[in-house]
Amino acid sequence: MKSFQTMIAMVALAASPTLAFAQTAAPPAAVANPAAIQSGTTAPTPPSVDGAVPASATAAAPAPATPPVIGQAGAAAPAASDPAAAPFPQATPTPGIGLPDGRAHLQDQVTEVGQDAAWMHDVVLMPIITIITLFVLALLLWVVFRYRRSANPTPSRTSHNTWLEVFWTLAPVVILLIIAVPSIKLLAKQYSPPPADLTIKVIGNQWYWTYQYPDNGDFELVSNMLKEPGQVTAGQRARVDADGPRLLAVDERMVVPAGAVVKLIVTSADVIHSFAVPAFWTKMDAVPGRLNETWFKVDRPGVYYGQCSELCGARHAFMPIAVEVVSRPQFAAWVASKGGTMPGAAGANNPDATKAESPATAATAPAEGATDVVGDATLNATVPAQPVAQGATVNEGTQAK
Amino acid sequence: MTDSTANALHFQGHDAPGHAHDADHKPAFFQRWFMSTNHKDIGTLYLIFAILAGVIGGAISGLMRAELAQPGIQYLEAWSGQEGDAALQFWNVLITAHGLIMVFFMVMPAMIGGFGNWFIPIMIGAPDMAFPRMNNVSFWLIVPAFLLLLGSAFVGGAGNGWTLYAPLSTYGSPGPAVDMAILSLHLAGASSILGAINFITTIFNMRAPGMTLHKMPLFVWSVLVTAFLLLLALPVLAAAITMLLTDRNFGTAFFDAAGGGNPILYQHLFWFFGHPEVYIMILPGFGIVSQIIATFSRKPVFGYLGMAYAMVAIGVVGFIVWAHHMFTTGLDVNTKMYFTAATMVIAVPTGIKIFSWIATMWGGSMSYKTPMLWSIGFIFMFTVGGVTGVVLANGGIDNYMHDTYYVVAHFHYVLSLGAVFGLFAGFYYWFPKMSGKMYNETLGQIHFWVFFVGVNLLFFPMHFLGLDGMPRRIPDYPDAFAWYNHLATIGYMVMAAGMVAFFVNLVVSLIGGKPAGDNPWGEGATTLEWTLPSPPPYHQFETLPKID
Repeated sequence: MKSFQTMIAMVALAASPTLAFAQTAAPPAAVANPAAIQSGTTAPTPPSVDGAVPASATAAAPAPATPPVIGQAGAAAPAASDPAAAPFPQATPTPGIGLPDGRAHLQDQVTEVGQDAAWMHDVVLMPIITIITLFVLALLLWVVFRYRRSANPTPSRTSHNTWLEVFWTLAPVVILLIIAVPSIKLLAKQYSPPPADLTIKVIGNQWYWTYQYPDNGDFELVSNMLKEPGQVTAGQRARVDADGPRLLAVDERMVVPAGAVVKLIVTSADVIHSFAVPAFWTKMDAVPGRLNETWFKVDRPGVYYGQCSELCGARHAFMPIAVEVVSRPQFAAWVASKGGTMPGAAGANNPDATKAESPATAATAPAEGATDVVGDATLNATVPAQPVAQGATVNEGTQAK
Repeated sequence: MTDSTANALHFQGHDAPGHAHDADHKPAFFQRWFMSTNHKDIGTLYLIFAILAGVIGGAISGLMRAELAQPGIQYLEAWSGQEGDAALQFWNVLITAHGLIMVFFMVMPAMIGGFGNWFIPIMIGAPDMAFPRMNNVSFWLIVPAFLLLLGSAFVGGAGNGWTLYAPLSTYGSPGPAVDMAILSLHLAGASSILGAINFITTIFNMRAPGMTLHKMPLFVWSVLVTAFLLLLALPVLAAAITMLLTDRNFGTAFFDAAGGGNPILYQHLFWFFGHPEVYIMILPGFGIVSQIIATFSRKPVFGYLGMAYAMVAIGVVGFIVWAHHMFTTGLDVNTKMYFTAATMVIAVPTGIKIFSWIATMWGGSMSYKTPMLWSIGFIFMFTVGGVTGVVLANGGIDNYMHDTYYVVAHFHYVLSLGAVFGLFAGFYYWFPKMSGKMYNETLGQIHFWVFFVGVNLLFFPMHFLGLDGMPRRIPDYPDAFAWYNHLATIGYMVMAAGMVAFFVNLVVSLIGGKPAGDNPWGEGATTLEWTLPSPPPYHQFETLPKID
């Protein structure tokens, strides 16, 4: 990185259109309480998410209570003074689960839909296409060997065989039918979500994600990629290994309770993005003016990573997604730390209560899988910009050389 | 009025053998190459153009593979002369340019403009194309189109991917670059539509006596189907990018939700063109490979009618599967089920073609000259690309694969290893006919084998990257993807070494190649071009051949 300061200045200048976009993502509801922004920077994070909340993580949190300004995203967390904002015990990634590890097959699936789909890919499709390919290869090798000119100087003149032609038309039809049955079943399953326990609105922005929790007081998180230690400016939080791999770690993870059916309403504030978490078999485009719905249910606590999967401009490669699955009490504590509320008294432990308390979920969400084109009134909104400090951070993610 | 026009109009009158010597009268240089109405000269211009564009597009992919060889951003800042987001935007310009150049300025001009122009009239026994001057217009539209696209790189560059999705290509990309790219596509599209009209008219009206539709060589069939696809698909692209243009410049909101528009509408329009487009690129390759397999097996094509109508079926079904490119845009479940099923149907006619090629070879007396190697390579590589297409056709599976490197691997297997293998096969097959000189067989074989190893090393690991979740169109990637990316870059270098053999062969053969004679391929080569001298006279078939 030649001149990082120059770049910062440039990006800050270039951020003005970005700010115009970013403001649209801000709902009338509260944004994340800056005091609650977690800080996993300094403390060794316990490997287990089920462990007790360590107090140590707060102790070394950067103290200066500067207002969030450009370049300081996620760093200003005067958390030590606020017990409610006790940093959440951030899960460390498990090698081989929820993130790429250089393998040559699908990522391990942690949702039922994902497991079904992976089964279909691994058990139905892969064997079929491998056999077909090897069959064609074997035929080719055989004719190349057997019918070379020296072995077969006089060619046959056969150019028709009706039964053979009928056979090789019908055989693929049968194979395709064999594939089509589980394929259609899989689609039906993906589009048959159980009643949602939690709704999260996912908004793509150039180049970060915001997550809104309408069931929990409608607080909002801004999730930026964490830069490498050599690339951050003073006061900015850099990635540590506990956050996750380079280009995948974020400052604010989407946090969801384990075992809960999470409904995502996916949209965008500027151009098209795509919210994707391979380990969940989830991918849904974030399209401005549309509310796309998808869902997942993960039982295993842990952290799972994805990346924006639709070209969205210069920093398309640098707006990762991290979803952390935690126990329900931890989720309630986390929600409280964000200034949110759990619906109902028993909400923290009772998904049904959560659901019952959030009629808006059913009312606002389009029918499963369907999408509505809505006039995005906020797109050209003239309301004053929220401080979108995190949205404007430089997360261009180049590696130190 | 040039000679060629006169002869095209009056070819029926020239049945006296004494006219034969007039057939080789060529105009002077400028008139011949810049005002050409001769289908062979225009074909040659198209091939030269496609080779130049291919070198540029291939060099761009070399830049991309270099950047991707290791994690981190290594070169973008140096190449673009800028830092930060501007350097990253340069990456998007590279991927966009690579896609547009390879599709619109390499494969299409070579397949249809080059080989189509050269051999469609000859194969049906016609003296020239139906509209020779329009043919010239087609070529000279594509040159400024290419210059516009290249020029856009100097005013910021279009960085939206070859699909130019709105709204990234509308309010997401200020500046003149995207407008230039759109106008470039308009010109290239107009060029292709004119060419399509020309081919359809030529094939329907100018076949020699006895050359019924069901006796036409399969290459002619393939170009006929392709021309219809072009004629029906390109106006839709033109409409879509015109709407982009007015959204960008004139305040319309076709694709802007804030004005009541819909970004997904653009994707529907684009892919209604875009999916037939991939068959536009591959069908002529099917035709070329069919000719070559028959020639070098010394057998007629097996199941000729099935082969011809399989292409027709692929063309027809190709128009009703477009939304399988949009499985993650939020389609409802019934739509996804339909597009899943319709897409898989395409595997049936494709299977007919694969098996018919093998059956053509079965019982044949095969020699493995360079064109045959490329054709056999084509069959296998297209099979690999085809079966991964069956995987991607499943809407439920595509949820994972969409926009990952698995898709990149898939379409490079069908295009870079399918269409491009078809192009090289055709080039080596017809080089003796076009130039009158034999290519160097040893260099041709080296080219094939090195290229074959290289592209497989280049593209096969991309399946693994996609399965592990690596997204497309990113200049930097998590470190876990490093090994297969490194392998792919090595594959690129091997492939590039193979291309050196191609260009050396080209130069060596054009300068010092042995005279080819009328028919270097022997008794298996039965189409009309092999009845003519090599190279053919400036105007052929002044006396129309009779087909029995």
